[in-house]
Amino acid sequence: MQALFGQLLVGLINGSFYALLSLGLSIIFGLVNVVNFAHGALYMTGAFFAWIGLSSLGIGYWPALLLSPLAVGVLGVVVERTMLRRLYQLDNLYGLLLTFGLTLIIEGLFHHQYGNSGNSFPVPEALQGGSNLGFMYLPKYRAWVVLVSLLVCFASWFVIERTKLGAYLRAGTENPRLLQAFGVNVPLMMTLTFGFGVALAGFAGVMAAPIYQVSPSMGSSLIIVVFAVVVIGGMGSIFGSIVTGVGLGLVEGLTKYLYPPAAATVVFAIMAVVLLLRPAGLFGREK
Amino acid sequence: MSGTGIHEPRTLIRMGVITPRRKAIFFAVMAGLGALAPFAVYPVFLMNVLCMALFASAFNLLLGYTGLLSFGHAAFLGSAGYVTGHALKVWGWPTEAGILLGTLVATVLGLVIGGLAIRRSGIYFAMITLGFAQMIYFVAVQLPFTGGEDGLQGIPRGKALGLFPLEGRYAMYYFVYVVFLLGFYVIYRTIHSPFGHVLRSIRENEPRALSLGYDVDRYKLVAFVISAGLAGLAGATKAVVLQFETLTDVHWHKSGEVVLMTLLGGMGTVMGPSAGALIVVAMENYLSGFGDWVTVIIGCVFVVGVLAFRRGFVGEAARLLKSFPI
Repeated sequence: MQALFGQLLVGLINGSFYALLSLGLSIIFGLVNVVNFAHGALYMTGAFFAWIGLSSLGIGYWPALLLSPLAVGVLGVVVERTMLRRLYQLDNLYGLLLTFGLTLIIEGLFHHQYGNSGNSFPVPEALQGGSNLGFMYLPKYRAWVVLVSLLVCFASWFVIERTKLGAYLRAGTENPRLLQAFGVNVPLMMTLTFGFGVALAGFAGVMAAPIYQVSPSMGSSLIIVVFAVVVIGGMGSIFGSIVTGVGLGLVEGLTKYLYPPAAATVVFAIMAVVLLLRPAGLFGREK
Repeated sequence: MSGTGIHEPRTLIRMGVITPRRKAIFFAVMAGLGALAPFAVYPVFLMNVLCMALFASAFNLLLGYTGLLSFGHAAFLGSAGYVTGHALKVWGWPTEAGILLGTLVATVLGLVIGGLAIRRSGIYFAMITLGFAQMIYFVAVQLPFTGGEDGLQGIPRGKALGLFPLEGRYAMYYFVYVVFLLGFYVIYRTIHSPFGHVLRSIRENEPRALSLGYDVDRYKLVAFVISAGLAGLAGATKAVVLQFETLTDVHWHKSGEVVLMTLLGGMGTVMGPSAGALIVVAMENYLSGFGDWVTVIIGCVFVVGVLAFRRGFVGEAARLLKSFPI
């Protein structure tokens, strides 16, 4: 029983990261129409910024939680302004290819500088320890990750669905030209949206740093699973990407308990089933 | 990928730059160069280029001619390599039979993955193929016969037709060369058949092709299966040449590499992917001393290619020919 709940907790945490990352991907895809392959690499960059901050500048976890996503967001803004922008009038496959190239560059640079081995990031003092719930042991930090991820997801949902800024964003997703005709600076909005989306990835990276080893390859295998999550959930709804992300994380955890060898492939198997039964995705609309 | 500056040779044919005679001479010269190449260049390097050229040409059938970006073609290259390697090494099959089995497995895999992936289009298609390829990667890591992280080592080359041992440097080269020419011919015929024209019409305007009564999904699936099968042929041959098969051939980096080859050489051109394969393999070969910088350099080439060089070398050459006809 302990083992089952332990795996489910791991699944829940993985699921929170899937949700955070697929949320960022969906927001970017909605307005900017780019599938950001570099999302995983920027998640890794976020984790590395936090680790570098701690190990060489003495910046702790709490400031890093703000500074690191900010730095990743700025990086995203630069990429959008200097490169991605030139591809908007082309097929959106080129955006995927560009960000793929960027992924190779980012990962290669970190690889060169920090090698292949993982670096551990200590859990902040206030969140050390844990509590025994009777049926399982719950480390404080893991509970914090799940809570905060869900909170951030909910806040994003609230901003997009319930505020004026979100209304602009949704209008831009539906019809950017018309929105521009109403006097909204759509190009600036696209830049900021891209920046915000990748900042979410950076934020997820900082959250992940104390749980996983901080290594240059931590993002790339994750992003492919997140793509599968996005295909399964459909990029249509924000709520959908959160539910699908957390749900698939749990399914993965359950598989790890029942039949460990299949844990790495179960998400892709589910993707196959979903494509057979509901090609548009669980929450998607066929365009 | 409509309207991306793909240069159809039709204009050049109309302008009289490409005539049947010139075309025949061009292909004869290229084939002759290919036959003489091993006397000037290190044969193993050339064989690697030929395998990757076949791989990229097969990939181009999808990206360049059908407008489908598969981000998981490594799955076909690698799985065929593993199956062929296993058949030759453990079962002691003849070389040709082993290669055929690998190709067949890749073809069937293409039918399954393609059948699922064509249910979505555009960017989703790329993500789905990437996902399934990653699944194949994990399977390859776990299955016992692939050797996991160590890979499959010591694959015997065997004898061609049961007569000529493929151990010498030249015998193996000409074997690979024949395989390449066969595969290339299949691709060339596919592109220039009525079937190929339908593929192009799907690339240019899918709803219109559909409204004209073509069963678009069926065409896409057949193109995918042909492409997967030939990618498998390339992978199977590569395994025989190098005598080992490792996880790098099923890794997503490989799937990206074939996109880069096609993009650099010129997508939607007959010769482009081969030119791209030559450039990328040469780059990896000569830069291998730089360690991790190779990935960074490849990434930079990717970014520059996407931003400023979307026609590729062959596409640019066709454009120049159009401006200054010979």
